[in-house]
Amino acid sequence: MSAVFTVANKEFHDGLRNRWVLSICIIFAVLAIGLAYFGAAAAGKVGFTSLSSTIVSLASLAVFIIPLIALMLAYDGIGGEDENGTLLLLMTYPLSRWQLLLGKMMGQGAVMAFSTLVGFGSSAVMMGIFSDTTSWGELIGPYAVFIFSAMLLGWIFIAIAYVISASVSEKSKAAGIALIVWFLFVLVFDLGLLGMLVATQGNVDETLFPYLLLLNPTDIFRLVNITYFADQNLSGLMAIAQQTQFSTVSLFGGLLAWLALPLGLAMMIFNRRGL
Amino acid sequence: MNIVELQQVEKSYQGVSALHQLNLELKQGEVLGLFGHNGAGKTTTIKLILGLIAATAGQVRVFGEDPTQSEARTLRRQLGFLQENVSFYDQLTGLEVLQYFARLKGIPKQSCHALLEQVGLSQAGKRRVKTYSKGMRQRLGLAQALLGEPKLLLLDEPTVGLDPIATQDFYRRIEQLKEQGCTVILCSHVLPGVEKYIDRALILGRGKLLAEGSVNDLRQQADLPATFHLQGDLTLPEHLAARANRDGRSMRLDVALQDKMTTMQQLIVLPGLENVDVHLPSLEDLYTHFIETHQVQEATP
Repeated sequence: MSAVFTVANKEFHDGLRNRWVLSICIIFAVLAIGLAYFGAAAAGKVGFTSLSSTIVSLASLAVFIIPLIALMLAYDGIGGEDENGTLLLLMTYPLSRWQLLLGKMMGQGAVMAFSTLVGFGSSAVMMGIFSDTTSWGELIGPYAVFIFSAMLLGWIFIAIAYVISASVSEKSKAAGIALIVWFLFVLVFDLGLLGMLVATQGNVDETLFPYLLLLNPTDIFRLVNITYFADQNLSGLMAIAQQTQFSTVSLFGGLLAWLALPLGLAMMIFNRRGL
Repeated sequence: MNIVELQQVEKSYQGVSALHQLNLELKQGEVLGLFGHNGAGKTTTIKLILGLIAATAGQVRVFGEDPTQSEARTLRRQLGFLQENVSFYDQLTGLEVLQYFARLKGIPKQSCHALLEQVGLSQAGKRRVKTYSKGMRQRLGLAQALLGEPKLLLLDEPTVGLDPIATQDFYRRIEQLKEQGCTVILCSHVLPGVEKYIDRALILGRGKLLAEGSVNDLRQQADLPATFHLQGDLTLPEHLAARANRDGRSMRLDVALQDKMTTMQQLIVLPGLENVDVHLPSLEDLYTHFIETHQVQEATP
């Protein structure tokens, strides 16, 4: 097990060294504080608005940016080592492939977790200090759910990035595929579902439809955060999904399943990869 | 016990044979040179011994165990490997790279400073690998391979990018390791200078074993002549004159190895001899010889 931690430790320090941690923290903090403060600008006012609208709009922005960051962070996880020649070398050490992959997952997962906590957490702290309408007690629950689900979303896309990285031989190819994967999960999937609804004039099995959303981890992430605030006015797919009652726990279960799946797949593909 | 044992080992990639019926036994403290052209099967042989790939047929044993089995993973602590063209992690310093690999091998970090010193990188240890020259990367690679006093060292093109002095240092280090009982496999197509340091050479061509043995054995197998280069106004004895190539005042004379001393005695007393050079078939000549005879054999069905 110590080999796993050695790899994880190196990956995390790489993240600190090449400013990934710092950049992600800043992006998240600016995003979160900005949304919390200027979120109601369209309605003609500035200042900290309601917690629920802040979190919901934060979630709908984070759903674009977290997968992108995670994919960029990890797309060369295996291919990069291979191109360096260090993969071959590492495999002559008392280190197995699963230990290497798990170590990388833990290290880069820690980069993501730390940045999410600090970046989004800072907005919670700002809100707690400066907002007159929201108390600390109200704040902690929703933010904890949001931050934890954001971490999971990041981990899921790191694992997906490993699947890509393990399957192709070149870094540049992996980058291209990562972009397509991001596009599919974040944009095309929802558009496809909406298109299906429109094409069938809403004549889709109502009980089945919300389950289709579980096929996309980004939708689960959004569901987690909106089901927590059922009073919001929502549009699009989320409005439909709102009617079904997935519990927060089962949605987290869905996210965990989405983490295990690509991680297992990446392991399988990596094990078959030639040296 | 043999440190490395290969029995009738074959390896093919998608039906293309990379290695054909290779037998090899290595005892403790032996230094083996593995030579061959590009694609001859050197790297495949090394990967088989490292357990990175599995043999298609035959048996590979390292320290008495199958290196591809996960139980053999702990044996890798006793193994040092330097591959061709490793570039390491550019953003880390030399010392950090070495410490990372030391931790993975379960070796105390303190040994890293001494190793960097040994390969002449103690000054550069705090600099990022990105700023290293090819030779410095190669030396860092060597330090990495020497981590934890390995019992078996596999070095693929170890002297590429090293200057002559660093190359000498490297070979001296290999001698020390050999005295300590370390078994070494040197894999190379750059040959000059290596013959003094190897106990045995293995010449591969297109996945087949072309020749094996000590440099002296190989000389006898190849039956290549010793070459004299003579200078001066000379009249050679008749039996030698027929075999000589004259070019102005210099002359080239090929004689069989076993006649070397008698010819030498005859030549040395000749009036007008200004200079004499004797060239014995070097490893490079032997290598060329075996590769060429092999190709001739292939060409004639």
